[in-house]
Amino acid sequence: MTNTPLWEVFVRARNGLAHKHVGSVHAADATMALQAARDVYTRRGEGLSLWVVPSNAIVASDPTDREMLFEPTGSKIYRHPTFYEVPEEVGHM
Amino acid sequence: MYSQALNTKDAAAADTSPEAASFQARIDAEERIEPNDWMPDAYRRTLIRQISQHAHSEIVGMLPEGNWITRAPSLRRKAALLAKVQDEGGHGLYLYSAAETLGVAREELVDQLLTGRAKYSSIFNYPTLSWADIGTIGWLVDGAAIMNQIPLCRCSFGPYARAMIRVCREESFHQRQGYEIVLTLARGTPAQKAMAQDALNRWWWPCLMMFGPPDTDSQHSDTSMRWKIKRFTNDALRQKFIDATVPQGHFLGLTFPDPDLRFDEASGHWQCGTIDWSEFRRVLAGDGPCNRERLAARQKAHDDGAWVREAALAHAAKQQRKAA
Ligand SMILES: [Fe+2]
Ligand SMILES: [Fe+2]
Repeated sequence: MTNTPLWEVFVRARNGLAHKHVGSVHAADATMALQAARDVYTRRGEGLSLWVVPSNAIVASDPTDREMLFEPTGSKIYRHPTFYEVPEEVGHM
Repeated sequence: MYSQALNTKDAAAADTSPEAASFQARIDAEERIEPNDWMPDAYRRTLIRQISQHAHSEIVGMLPEGNWITRAPSLRRKAALLAKVQDEGGHGLYLYSAAETLGVAREELVDQLLTGRAKYSSIFNYPTLSWADIGTIGWLVDGAAIMNQIPLCRCSFGPYARAMIRVCREESFHQRQGYEIVLTLARGTPAQKAMAQDALNRWWWPCLMMFGPPDTDSQHSDTSMRWKIKRFTNDALRQKFIDATVPQGHFLGLTFPDPDLRFDEASGHWQCGTIDWSEFRRVLAGDGPCNRERLAARQKAHDDGAWVREAALAHAAKQQRKAA
């Protein structure tokens, strides 16, 4: 028997917020995936909009690359506003 | 609790690799572990077993309560019970979803349940004989589940912890609707009060067993505690449950089926009598009042749904061909 495909589910809690990952469902196609996501993840007004994405369509960074990818920004303090000096007389900037 | 069968010795050879050391350091620093992170095989195995057994418990747990949906005494009670049973199905699905992030397929997990290779909580092998049982399950079984699940919200494995946060938000309704049912019966006619008392008499001890064997017998706890999968021992959670529940029962005007139950002034805890662990082991091993019936019901649902799953896949394949 073929396994029923897996879909990742994202919910927008309300307009103004981004869709957020909440979990996954199994469904044969996108229509049924949306239906299942609605039944499983929005039983109490958790959202106003749903996305379902085939799980195998997601490309993820490798956690072992974490340092290489994300550490360098830690040393680039000149990317932050507090790095720059503005005389007090100038006021808030 | 929902993974009582894990309380058996699982001799995991101590992993002394540098990866294992840095893994443990992350755990000690209260960092969360996410699915693609490196983790010891035994951590992965333990979590797959624990999360899937928890999921199976939610799904099998729908059966004893589902038994009363058509016979709920009012529309209000029926709507609440339907919503609760649907929630339990949802809990099972959140948990299967969390388990699958560890690289196991849903089909495999379902197969483990149906073939008896995976366990579910002993509590769901007891029958629901009267309407009072539905109230008592909400009050006690969901109450015990909450005690167990609140610390799991801080479990070291991210997807499990996140699923537990959703579950805990929904459980409070389950316990309150149950207590309201028992309260209504306890304040009703003498026959109704007797029904509530009978339910408490039958469910109390099995509920205490939900927390699993006493700490002296559960060697598995150590590793789970070190990995912060588990935050409290079985006995500690059981004691919390007893302390919270006994006054609630007394408020109802009901008595607990334990002549040795007494409040210990010195420790500030309620102390219960001796739990019959032979009953627990019997039920867990498959010889409880409803084990066969529960598995047969799951098997039938699985078999009866097979054509639907096949038809859905065939339909999806056909749509795809048309679109191509
Ligand atoms: Fe639940
Ligand atoms: Fe529940």
